[in-house]
Amino acid sequence: MTTTLTTTRRPQKVTRPEGPHRSRPAARRRNWLGGLAGWLWLAVVAVPLYWTLITSLKDRSRYYASNPLVPSADPTLDNYRMVVESDFLRYFVNSVVVTAGAVIPAVLVSFMAAYAIVRGWRMRVLRAMNGLFLMGLAIPLQATVIPVYLIIIKLHLYDSLAALILPSIAFAIPLSVLVLANFIRDVPKELFDSMRVDGATEWTTLWRLAAPLTRPALLTVTIFNALTIWNGFLLPLVLTQSPDRRTLPLALWTFQGQYGVNVPAVLAAVVLTTLPVLVLYAFGRRQLLSGLTAGFGR
Amino acid sequence: MSTLTAKQDVRRPQRSILPWLATPALLLFTGFAVVPLVGVFALSFTTWDGIGSIRLTGLTSWRAVLTDPGLPHALWVTFLVMAVSWAVQTPLSILLGTFLAGRQRYRAVLGVVYFVPLMLSSAAIAIAYEALLDPNFGLGAGLKIQALSQDWLGRPGLAFGVVIFVVSWQFVPFHSLIYQGGVQQIPKSLYEAAQLDGAGRVRQFFSITLPQLKYTIITSSTLMVVGSLTFFDLIFVLTEGGPGDATRVLALDMYKRGFQASLMGPASAIAVILVLVGLALALLLRRLGGRDAAASQLEGAS
Repeated sequence: MTTTLTTTRRPQKVTRPEGPHRSRPAARRRNWLGGLAGWLWLAVVAVPLYWTLITSLKDRSRYYASNPLVPSADPTLDNYRMVVESDFLRYFVNSVVVTAGAVIPAVLVSFMAAYAIVRGWRMRVLRAMNGLFLMGLAIPLQATVIPVYLIIIKLHLYDSLAALILPSIAFAIPLSVLVLANFIRDVPKELFDSMRVDGATEWTTLWRLAAPLTRPALLTVTIFNALTIWNGFLLPLVLTQSPDRRTLPLALWTFQGQYGVNVPAVLAAVVLTTLPVLVLYAFGRRQLLSGLTAGFGR
Repeated sequence: MSTLTAKQDVRRPQRSILPWLATPALLLFTGFAVVPLVGVFALSFTTWDGIGSIRLTGLTSWRAVLTDPGLPHALWVTFLVMAVSWAVQTPLSILLGTFLAGRQRYRAVLGVVYFVPLMLSSAAIAIAYEALLDPNFGLGAGLKIQALSQDWLGRPGLAFGVVIFVVSWQFVPFHSLIYQGGVQQIPKSLYEAAQLDGAGRVRQFFSITLPQLKYTIITSSTLMVVGSLTFFDLIFVLTEGGPGDATRVLALDMYKRGFQASLMGPASAIAVILVLVGLALALLLRRLGGRDAAASQLEGAS
């Protein structure tokens, strides 16, 4: 099919008089089925979000009697106050500490490893390491929580934020190395050669040449890992215990367990824990989205 | 080392630092991913309650797991979640991805809303849906629509459906994004040629878009299928595997046996099964993908 199309393409294009660019989109790209699905899916996505937001602003006593899809006439922030007073500031700080503490080292070590793998591809050791990291992509790492739990206990790190940081770094490495290596491979070889002629060491080349040239990829990988770790639930659930070590998703879950009947308050907690990411989304949507599909678009 | 020629000596100092650059990543990955992977295998031959001492007990855990009717059930539920969520998400994502790849301005506006679910944690999504689906205080009850105010999470069939729906709600945007990228890479000339040949919109979709997306479909399917093994957070918060064990997938089974019932040995055996299933699926899909990658390269060359 494809081959017949490509062979017939050229002669006909030449004989075609009118400008192909202007007439094409309107005439042909009308995708009514896609459009219908698009609008339907918009409703499917938007209604729960909208309902969550307006309900979180409703007064608890009047919430049951009101129409669920009509915003409250006099919105209240009481629910939010209640959530903030339930120590959510601490959970927020915990989440920030864990995310930053894991993402920064993860990206740094992955970048160094990716550089070494690309530049030292002739060395068997480095090819073997690459194979090991790739294997990490195929394995559901969540399946290793029991031994991770054991290791964390043996290191006397149970119920600390470091307990969340260390495995998070390890789980982030495979995809980060893969994506960064792909980008470092795209850097023209001549640039590396000229650095070497100038007498630069690998260490200098790494930071002065490879890092600036792969900055978009570094940002992408940082975003992807940050989102994954920020939203992580299993590791905090298994590796911490005391309330003041909770990260936001876990705190949200325990809050729901405690105040489950107070629907507006629970939804206020949902909105509040999501807010930081949504603010980032508002400012850097493009970066965030390209970060999410990192390495899969190729 | 000292017998190296002068020429090699010049290159040597530059090269030798490279393995060291990769060492920090290797150590971290080994310590918290490779060792645990080996460890989970080792722990499956022990008896451990999670706190006390670990005793080697040979095949006891495996015998307990393999004779438990809960295992085939968990495998079946895992498979069902995988298959049904794939069958729901793939056509939807392709359709939406194709739609989003267009250029109209309003699509960009839609795009802003579409991708919000990607930003949210599974825990937040599950909790919001739990409230929304509540038979007494949820959306359906509030609107007084009988069909919507069912006990969604209290009946096995319904709860399974809800899990599939919420999974799709969360991940369809992600896969649409992948398909959007895939569609945008299809050469426009193919469509122009098809149009001149008189092919309609639907025909173009099935003769050009779908075949050209073959590789994207495999990538997206791999992520869906392998990813579905790790739907832990969402199902745990939404249904806790219930009602009964209607939505008790392998990952949940592992957690409940290990951390709730303090049976770390059998839980490790389940983890090993989880790893093996994941590895088998990844290899299977990679074989499919590999053959296609080679095929598409040949096509490009000819």
